[in-house]
Amino acid sequence: MTLVEREHALGLLRQMVLIRRFEEKAAELYTVGKIHGFLHLYIGEEAVAVGAMQALTADDAIVATYREHGQALVRGIPAGAVMAEMYGKANGCSRGRGGSMHLFDASRRFYGGHAIVGGGLPVAVGLALADTLQGRRRVTACFFGDGAVAEGEFHESLNLAALWKLPVLFLCENNLYAMGTALARHQAQPDIRLKAQAYGLPADAVDGMDVLAVEAAARRAAEAVRGGAGPFLLEARTYRFRAHSMYDPELYRTRDEVEQWKARDPIARFTARLREWGLLADADLAALEASVAAEIEGAIAEAEAGPWEPVEDLTKDVYARRTP
Amino acid sequence: MTKLTYRDAVRSALREALARDPRVFLMGEDVGRYGGAYAVSRGLLEEFGPDRVRDTPLSESTFVGAGVGAALGGLRPIVEVMTVNFSLLALDQIVNNAATLRHMSGGQLAVPLVIRMATGAGRQLAAQHSHSLEGWYAHIPGLTVLAPATPADARGLLLAALAEPDPVLIFEHATLYPTEGEVDEAAGPAEIGRAAVRRAGDAVTLVTYGGSLPKALAAADRLAVEGVEAEVLDLRSLRPLDTPAILASLAKTHRVVVVDEGWRTGSLAAEVSARIMEGGFYDLDVPVARVCSAEVPMPYPKHLEDAALPQAETIVATVRGMLRRRG
Repeated sequence: MTLVEREHALGLLRQMVLIRRFEEKAAELYTVGKIHGFLHLYIGEEAVAVGAMQALTADDAIVATYREHGQALVRGIPAGAVMAEMYGKANGCSRGRGGSMHLFDASRRFYGGHAIVGGGLPVAVGLALADTLQGRRRVTACFFGDGAVAEGEFHESLNLAALWKLPVLFLCENNLYAMGTALARHQAQPDIRLKAQAYGLPADAVDGMDVLAVEAAARRAAEAVRGGAGPFLLEARTYRFRAHSMYDPELYRTRDEVEQWKARDPIARFTARLREWGLLADADLAALEASVAAEIEGAIAEAEAGPWEPVEDLTKDVYARRTP
Repeated sequence: MTKLTYRDAVRSALREALARDPRVFLMGEDVGRYGGAYAVSRGLLEEFGPDRVRDTPLSESTFVGAGVGAALGGLRPIVEVMTVNFSLLALDQIVNNAATLRHMSGGQLAVPLVIRMATGAGRQLAAQHSHSLEGWYAHIPGLTVLAPATPADARGLLLAALAEPDPVLIFEHATLYPTEGEVDEAAGPAEIGRAAVRRAGDAVTLVTYGGSLPKALAAADRLAVEGVEAEVLDLRSLRPLDTPAILASLAKTHRVVVVDEGWRTGSLAAEVSARIMEGGFYDLDVPVARVCSAEVPMPYPKHLEDAALPQAETIVATVRGMLRRRG
């Protein structure tokens, strides 16, 4: 039985593959010293960003975390601008000032790239408040991890958004670990949906390794939010295949556990389903991989060719009207 | 010109801004029904309605962060934080978000957010409601930090803050709310970054701001009786600091006492002193002196609180000691 249009399905697959290959390349570029600082890979979690963002329109806003390459690419920030940002080049999407953790694109209502865990949630509440007060029927999608639910800002933000019935779609990417601390080791109540319910938000959980399930759940949630029902919390249960950042001895989880989750790889799983449904032939996959590879090669070329911001501009844009 | 209290002058600016600009709204703890912890916003809920005068939960980090988000979304939020000590719960949003987003986004984002809060001691509220932490905030690039000391400035600097494209923090010393002064309610915004000479003199410059201004002026009156004419310079803006005005007054008097209710160590007074050393060293007849708060958490009993704070007497004594030194 086919549950999805072929073109749409191939689009989802391509977005997931783009994130995967882009990040694999980023990891390589990190090891050869092209990319510096922290680099948090999304590999394993691609179905969450790709599925969830199908529910958003160009007018909606996105607030994400420091593990946001996936969201940025799916939102349509050109791969070259994202790669250049990771290089620290002036043609990066944040002029090279932010790096991997701070991707911004105001024209696409992509509001970061926040590296303080939980710090993006209040900002999302405010964006939604601005839409509400200006009579705009838009959704603000706020991504955050399971680690953020321990922060006060999570609780305060859910409460305020629910109290004021603001159109925020809270998207918890539960990859089971707050860096290296398992959910059950930092939460007395590890069922995140119950926390939302305590603040009067409807909540749902979804298999974050299944892009179609995430898309369907996100569409339901976004529809409720857009309809004026107030905020919604959607928890996507997922897993990070790579280290937390680039250096991480992974002492906190077992090889077996990682292998079990890898067996549920969202890309492999979706590919198999599409083949089973007769929507994907070998040639399609080869063409898709080739187009993704070309896009990434182009992105690297843009990053390599990009200029460094002149040192004279160091203090530009601290303030709009004066130097600090 | 109208005689207004500082409190009424802040309200006058709030009312004008709310009436003139539909993007402006006020939010904070008890700003609506209660009328504001210091009665600044009394009557505004009735006048402008609950969408634009919003009572918040006691969630400083989130309502300040919501101010950041609302500013990003095209509004002009005014967030009231009840006191500077409570603002520490919102430091993440102020320092990590409001102050960074324009630069870190390569100039794409703007956070035109105004955050007002009460600061300072003098009301026997002890060590969790009495501190003067504006100097900390003045440390942060990306923020503009204002400390109006007069009713006219309480109004004019708030209007100026609302015209800024970047986040502005306004520190209202709680002892100033009932003070009165002449206010021109037809006047527009004051200029940010300009200090004001509140009293001219030639013997010594008292550099001060906010709640210490009345003390510096009282000290200057007493010194005048002794034939010592002190110039009193009100900084008004702590970031940016009006360094040229400080140096100009120094060039006239050759002596500076900085009066700052913050603690001496790492203080705004230290910054003023450093700028004088960098830019006016050869104009100095004697070393810069500082009158700051004692290095203790603010105590409750009046005699200890008085002893901990800058007072007119300590300013006078410091000036006398300075004048005894050979120039």
